[in-house]
Amino acid sequence: MKKIEAIIKPFKVDEVKDALDKIGCHGMTVTEVKGYGRQKGHVESYRGVEYQVVFNPKAKVEVIVADKLAKDVLAAIQKTANTGTIGDGKIFVTPVEEVMRIRTGETGEAAI
Amino acid sequence: MKRFIALALVLATVMFLGSPLLALAQEAPAATEEAAPAPPPVPDPSGTALGAISDIAGGSPNAPTKEEVEKMAADKDAMLTKVADVVGHNKISINMTWTLVCGFLVMFMQVGFALCETGFTRAKNASHTMAMNIMVYGIGMLGFWLCGYALQMGGGGGSPTLGGGAGLDTEFAISLFGKDFGLFGLKGFFLTGDAYDVSIAALFLFQMVFMDTAATIPTGALAERWSFKSFIVYGFFMSMIAYPLYANWVWGGGWLSQLGKNFGLGHGTIDFAGSSVVHMTGGIAALAGAILLGPRIGKYKPDGTPNAIPGHHIPMAVTGVLILAFGWFGFNTGSTLAGTDLRIGVIATNTMLASGAGAVSAMLYMMFVYGKPDLSMSANGLLAGLVAITAPCAFVSPTSAVIIGLISGVILCISVFFVDQTLKVDDPVGAISVHGVNGAWGLLSVGIFADGTYGDQINTIAGGVKGLLYGDGGQFIAQVIGVCTNFVFIFVAFYIYFKIAGVFIPMRVSAEVEQEGLDLHEVGVVAYPDFNLNKTHR
Repeated sequence: MKKIEAIIKPFKVDEVKDALDKIGCHGMTVTEVKGYGRQKGHVESYRGVEYQVVFNPKAKVEVIVADKLAKDVLAAIQKTANTGTIGDGKIFVTPVEEVMRIRTGETGEAAI
Repeated sequence: MKRFIALALVLATVMFLGSPLLALAQEAPAATEEAAPAPPPVPDPSGTALGAISDIAGGSPNAPTKEEVEKMAADKDAMLTKVADVVGHNKISINMTWTLVCGFLVMFMQVGFALCETGFTRAKNASHTMAMNIMVYGIGMLGFWLCGYALQMGGGGGSPTLGGGAGLDTEFAISLFGKDFGLFGLKGFFLTGDAYDVSIAALFLFQMVFMDTAATIPTGALAERWSFKSFIVYGFFMSMIAYPLYANWVWGGGWLSQLGKNFGLGHGTIDFAGSSVVHMTGGIAALAGAILLGPRIGKYKPDGTPNAIPGHHIPMAVTGVLILAFGWFGFNTGSTLAGTDLRIGVIATNTMLASGAGAVSAMLYMMFVYGKPDLSMSANGLLAGLVAITAPCAFVSPTSAVIIGLISGVILCISVFFVDQTLKVDDPVGAISVHGVNGAWGLLSVGIFADGTYGDQINTIAGGVKGLLYGDGGQFIAQVIGVCTNFVFIFVAFYIYFKIAGVFIPMRVSAEVEQEGLDLHEVGVVAYPDFNLNKTHR
């Protein structure tokens, strides 16, 4: 099993969710986050004073999937969250040791 | 800066120590010539005696003259006399209804101030800013009732358009150069005795909401770091002493209003609805307070350049600004104290035009300099236009109103940058620039743009009020004297007041409280308990 974490532009969350639904990945966790990468912040002005917006608002999408689905999910996110401009975000894939459904106690892929 | 403050302190000492010495003076009844033969005023707490046949004289182009009215009134039993009596009563009723409704509109501006100031400050201080805005209403009101109203209007002779109020007839004046300089009134304390009168009460309500507007202005400039206890005492000082004195000089028959009669300077200092009396007073008090209070933590970098600290709720602030603009129609048109004075059509339109012009010029200025129409500055520009048109609204043409508004928006932007970046005085909402600087501009603009179509008999001077462009340089000088007096008196009074009060009650909250937010520490309730607040703002 893999955990796929994608930091994406907030307005892309709905599109990504629909795309993942279509390829059979049901369920995700979304968090509103702030951060910066190569995009860095940007400069705004308020009442004549310029200031650096250091952390840009992003959405973090987390899904846990069976190994065989990971590649498709990765591709789907890359395709739908892409705007072609700087600041589109990144995707991280990590192995997951165990999953348990709290209600039934099921473990492994059956619990996803 | 230090030299300036020292100079100001010296001036203040002279003013405060000097006035009682000079005041081996006499208490002079305000309207000496007229008051002498008239019977002593009778208060009318029920309102049944106010408004009579005598009030119909001069009400319209073909209205009967005073003599004709007196002749008619002699025949008490004629039906025409009875009807004329009712007409007079109705006229006063219209005026009083108008004055009260406009006063209610001005009271609603308190909501505008509360939303505007809170929106432009941070979420962690929202309850505190709101608390100041609601309590200044109550505190200021009581202070004004105790003695503020009496000091301000106690010698003003009441208001003929409201049918009476002649009980307010005692002005304390000192004699200089052979002329009386009215300093403050002495009738109407607690609204008792002669002041228990419908006309005087209605005037109290109207003047009280104006005073309250001035009192609430510094709560914006001093927001996010001012201790609540210090604010409470300030509220009494403003409403009981500082505001009423200057207001007396311009509106209560005091010495600025008599500059025309005594020294031939136009109609004396003319401030129709309070660019200086209300707004400049509030703005200058805010300046003195903000200098002494110091900037918010994090407002200036170690090298002295300013940081931006954006407000937490721009829609709230914009709503507040629009509510203010709405209330302002009452502010300006109500200052006729007469719904039967049809100049209100022009006054309301001028008010509207100047506000729009101020917003547009501020927006364009910000777009030109920074590329974006900074919303908080555009909103401030709308208020700047309103503040500037407040004094001249009744005396200028719509074209002049637009020019005054356009200039006010640019003055606002320049002033905000100057206060923020050069003076390094932290003013979160721009109160000093909106109310102080544009209040001064508004007062001056009467002396420039007044076109002589209105203002006959104001301050007992015949003829319309005319500014520089229409050939009366004396009026302009009277306006300049008004601006200088307001700045010196209000700044010095508040500088000294805050210095002395600060010895007993610390003006500023501790650094920990400021960083945590004033809500919980100062007023005991957070504004948005369901959200985690971002305390790490740089």
